[in-house]
Amino acid sequence: MKNGETILSEREKILGRIREALKVPAPLPGSHGETSTHTTTESPASHAREWLPSVGASAAEQFDLFAKNAADLKADFQLFNSAEEVRQALARLRDAEKWQRMATHSGGLTDAICPILSVPLLRTDRPYDVQDLEKCDAGISECDALIAQTGGVVVTNRSAGGRALSVLPPHHVVLARRAQLVADLPAAFAMLQQKYADNYPSMISFITGPSRTGDIERILVLGAHGPKKLTIFCF
Amino acid sequence: MSFVSQFKSAASVKTGDLRLRQFIRTALGNYEVARDKRKGAFQSWESARQAAAETKWEAINHLDTHLESLVAKLEARGTKVHWASNGAQAREIISQILRDKKARSIIKSKAMTSEEIHLNDALEKAGYEVVESDLGEFIVQLRHEAPYHIVFPSMHLTRGEIKDLFQKELGDAPSDSPEDLTMVARRVMRQKYITADVGFTGGNFAIAETGMISITENEGNARLTAALPKTMITLMGIEKVLPRFADLALFLPMLATAGAGQPMTCYNTMYSGPRQPDETDGPEEWHVVLLDNRRTELLADAEQRDSLHCIRCGACLNVCPIFRNVGGHTYGTTYSGPVGAVITPHLRGLQDWKHLSNASTLCGGCTEACPVKIDLHHHLLQNRRNASTSEPAFFEKLAYKIFAIVANKPAFWSLAKQIGWLTQPLQSLVKGTALDPAKAWTKTRDLPPQPRESFKDWWKNRK
Repeated sequence: MKNGETILSEREKILGRIREALKVPAPLPGSHGETSTHTTTESPASHAREWLPSVGASAAEQFDLFAKNAADLKADFQLFNSAEEVRQALARLRDAEKWQRMATHSGGLTDAICPILSVPLLRTDRPYDVQDLEKCDAGISECDALIAQTGGVVVTNRSAGGRALSVLPPHHVVLARRAQLVADLPAAFAMLQQKYADNYPSMISFITGPSRTGDIERILVLGAHGPKKLTIFCF
Repeated sequence: MSFVSQFKSAASVKTGDLRLRQFIRTALGNYEVARDKRKGAFQSWESARQAAAETKWEAINHLDTHLESLVAKLEARGTKVHWASNGAQAREIISQILRDKKARSIIKSKAMTSEEIHLNDALEKAGYEVVESDLGEFIVQLRHEAPYHIVFPSMHLTRGEIKDLFQKELGDAPSDSPEDLTMVARRVMRQKYITADVGFTGGNFAIAETGMISITENEGNARLTAALPKTMITLMGIEKVLPRFADLALFLPMLATAGAGQPMTCYNTMYSGPRQPDETDGPEEWHVVLLDNRRTELLADAEQRDSLHCIRCGACLNVCPIFRNVGGHTYGTTYSGPVGAVITPHLRGLQDWKHLSNASTLCGGCTEACPVKIDLHHHLLQNRRNASTSEPAFFEKLAYKIFAIVANKPAFWSLAKQIGWLTQPLQSLVKGTALDPAKAWTKTRDLPPQPRESFKDWWKNRK
């Protein structure tokens, strides 16, 4: 190696090739002879709300849409009027599925509802053994949002008991407040940006229905690796 | 055997398999119905496509700054980022991580980049236990074959074939119902997530603004892979970047709709680091390997740069009449179908892979299906042009020269017609054999008889 010559890292080599390649400008996207419709400096995706599937304006319409979408996804969604009703519904689930153990995390809703079920509880927001979680019949978590447009929920590892709780037990139950319903995907992303700003949880997951696969003859089977059942109780 | 003769012989075998063709046609027909229903639910699918194309254009045409931002944000939260110029480097980086962690077993969620660098082969040869957790990938791994389709790896297999495979390889196949077979895979995999030393994933989108990698999946296997093993490795092409977090609000439903006719894929998960100090699970270490592997050569071709916008949804494969009939394995490439035919010549050599650009009807179905508006069928034409410019075919050139002379002189043209009338009956005697000059066409088709009266004669003689 000569004096003053440095060995470029792969990072510098790749970035160098990229900069060299980009010296020649590319034709505008999707134009093929037409002119681009994108003339302003704002993000091209900033109008996504106008193109994505429509959602109603009122909360009632949006709850109806959420319920319809959740049903299409084969998730069980129920709307209640009080925490007490949610407790009773959870107790019915516990009895119907004969839960021996369940897992949850500390939170306003989970703390108010889970201990009363008198099923042994594993908490995943403190150090826990994964084998114990694997033996749980249900994982009960809170969420960050319900999305009317998709019928899905948003969880993060900070608000929903870590990375595994919502995906390892065979039944995932989400407890939510009515105020957590957002209209559409752009609103969900805006909510996350506002809530977490520059300190995002290391995992954010948009869960849209229970785990599924169509890898055998494209026939839908629920519970491929994640939960076979997704229940959403909202009040 | 050259790549082109491999393609031709595999294509003629597969097109002769009418049962398989019907099976694939039914599956992809159902896909089209579901996709059109989901597209119809959009208020404006076309505007969404244009915005997606412009967003990817912005990402790819400022790839250097977006990658720097992505990497700075990832590293700030403790993620280790590695850069690999080619497959060999990527395999070495991954092997080094495995040696450092004294790993024995790896659980993988689906990643086409891993197929691209033949990672499983290298790791298995080095003695590691490698298990694909995506059901379709698990099935093709048990069969020691490549995925048939980039999104539906095992779509060419019937439930009966999968039952026999599970019986033979796992000794467990209660019936041939998809439900029972899926539960077999679920049981096999459960403990593997917990005991594997390393979890391996790909990535669908990388967000420059926030330093996140977004993974799209239906089964929950990637969620588990990224939750339970102590070390996580993510291998991803450098072109996966999106500028902003909020861009996902558009791309996630579009990927699901174009890819599988779903409103949203079941799990769309954004990872921004390994386990943080206040978190109770997730990997202690996260390594992200950014792969070039000649993507920068594709980037340097401004005319076809938009093929780096590809989000690997598979929509162009699903609608392609060639893919439907010759099948995924015939291509002999990691990325098949129209997008594979466009990019493989750049990634693996134009002269070796130019035949893929000829295996097209140029119907434009792929371009129309593409959610990010890649000009696929024009790129196939450009590949043909580039291939013949860089290495002209002597006989083809000669044939066109002669044709030009004949077609330009009415006397020659009329003589050629006479010769045609006289020789066509002879051609029918040797049709499709080695003696037939039109063999490539007539082997599987009839040469229509030359009409007695040409249009010119008819025009002259009309009353």
